[in-house]
Amino acid sequence: MTKFAEDRCYLETHEWAKLEEDGTVVVGISDHAQEALGDVVFVELPELGLDLEAKSEVGVVESVKAASDIYSPVSGVICAINEQLEESPEIVNDSPYDKGWFFKITASDPEEFSSLLSVEKYREICEE
Amino acid sequence: MPFIPHTSEDEKQMLDTIGVDSIDSLFDEIPKSLNNADLEILPSGISEMSMLRLMSERAEQDTVTSCFLGAGAYDHHIPSAVWDLAARGEFLTAYTPYQAEASQGTLQLIYEFQTMISRLTAMDVANASVYDGATALAEAVLMAVRGNKKSKSRRLLCAGTVHPSYLSTCRTIVSNQNIEIDLIPYSSSTGTIDRSSLDYRLGQDYAGMVIPYPNFFGGLEHIDALTNWAHDQGMLVIAVVNPLALALLRAPGDWGEDGADITVGEAQPFGIPVCSGGPYLGYMCCRKSLVRQMPGRIIGRTIDLDGKEGFALTLQAREQHIRRAKATSNICTNQGLLVTAATIYLSLLGQEGLRSVAAKSHNNMVSLIHKVSSIPGVSLRFPSPFFHEAVFQLPKPAYKILRAMEGQGVLGGYDLGQVSQDLANCMLTNTTEKKTDSDLEFFVDVLTEAVKEC
Repeated sequence: MTKFAEDRCYLETHEWAKLEEDGTVVVGISDHAQEALGDVVFVELPELGLDLEAKSEVGVVESVKAASDIYSPVSGVICAINEQLEESPEIVNDSPYDKGWFFKITASDPEEFSSLLSVEKYREICEE
Repeated sequence: MPFIPHTSEDEKQMLDTIGVDSIDSLFDEIPKSLNNADLEILPSGISEMSMLRLMSERAEQDTVTSCFLGAGAYDHHIPSAVWDLAARGEFLTAYTPYQAEASQGTLQLIYEFQTMISRLTAMDVANASVYDGATALAEAVLMAVRGNKKSKSRRLLCAGTVHPSYLSTCRTIVSNQNIEIDLIPYSSSTGTIDRSSLDYRLGQDYAGMVIPYPNFFGGLEHIDALTNWAHDQGMLVIAVVNPLALALLRAPGDWGEDGADITVGEAQPFGIPVCSGGPYLGYMCCRKSLVRQMPGRIIGRTIDLDGKEGFALTLQAREQHIRRAKATSNICTNQGLLVTAATIYLSLLGQEGLRSVAAKSHNNMVSLIHKVSSIPGVSLRFPSPFFHEAVFQLPKPAYKILRAMEGQGVLGGYDLGQVSQDLANCMLTNTTEKKTDSDLEFFVDVLTEAVKEC
């Protein structure tokens, strides 16, 4: 059964974003996305300090059968990346909403967060 | 698999199904201005018998008996077994089969090729080959621009001693992606790059630097100093290397403190005959951290469900059938047949054989330089260390002397006047292991005469 984490927002391109207490935004891909991709074998993550716009390409997630671009839900500067993915990309499959996060952004415009999809809206898109 | 062509009826049926009048109309979206291929100047077809006769007549016009021309393609001995085996039906295809994993033998062979190339160059990974040395360099340049995380630059530095044809091919390909290549001028006294000529590039942002080895003039660049300098500036190092030279010289993976990042070159010396225009064989390798930026096919060794060893295409998410427009390259073809020949060549010679081919080629050049220096007005142009090719300064324009030598059946070398007016009286000459002492003597006699005549 595909899981939809309630405590975060989503993009049509299947990334999730979660606002932390310190104001940074954590980004990963949804359970639906990891199921569709199959076994993840590699994640290309951005460099620390990269300054980017919302909805811009920021990395690639590669499975045995496909490769998909990762888009950033919000604008800002990359302040952390999940280095564990380099050695163990399969944690994206095992724990997409928790241990399998991709990167964190210091958001430059908190308003952008409110324009993202709610979990209900995202669930509808996936179930269509 | 039989080849079954479709008949005109089949074509009509297919066109009717999709509701189109003619095959030509499928290409309507290509602007008419681009459609300028005028084939009318081509003669009409002739029979096989007439063609064979024409070709034998042409072949008889070729009176050259001794070849000292290198400049990127080298006349080495090819053991008969190489093409006897490579031309077997099981191997005789230019392509990786589309059902790749059904052809385990082909995949194993490519895997062996990759392994040999990686070991020769001391690089982590090699691909299944690309078209030729020049396109391999273009791919390496694109790869450096994509793969250099420290630099956002679309400019590269390139030693001015790189092969001029490689440079022009490379510029043709990369200029469409707005990538610029800045040349570092070479010293006119050494024919290599001066470390001091790099200083005015300090602090400029470049994605990478191209270092040829041996360089176009046959000379050996200061690989350690250049590699370290480029890495200090945040550039990736692209080595363009004659792989045969690596039987004697230091492998790019061991250059400087950290080694080259990408190594490419022409593997024609490994069992591929010299022919005008090829086909030749480009090889390409890199450090592991850049492998996802490398174009082309890569074969991996794995185990199947029963634990038996097998070979499979790997890292395919880089390729166009998966990544579409974002593929690392849309030239994915490898030179399957020539890889086969090169792999057989390398396995027949082995480490010792390869070393002795390289050493004999070098020693012949040493002898030739010694012998030639007795001819008045002829001398070695650059005093730099060399592998198996060097530049001779002549008392007259090189093209005249080369023409006179050709009249005596000797291809004496490459006229460097084609590259630079400053080198109009210079020729680039190569010796391989095929040359005997009497071949070298003959070269000297013919050159002596040519110098007098011209």
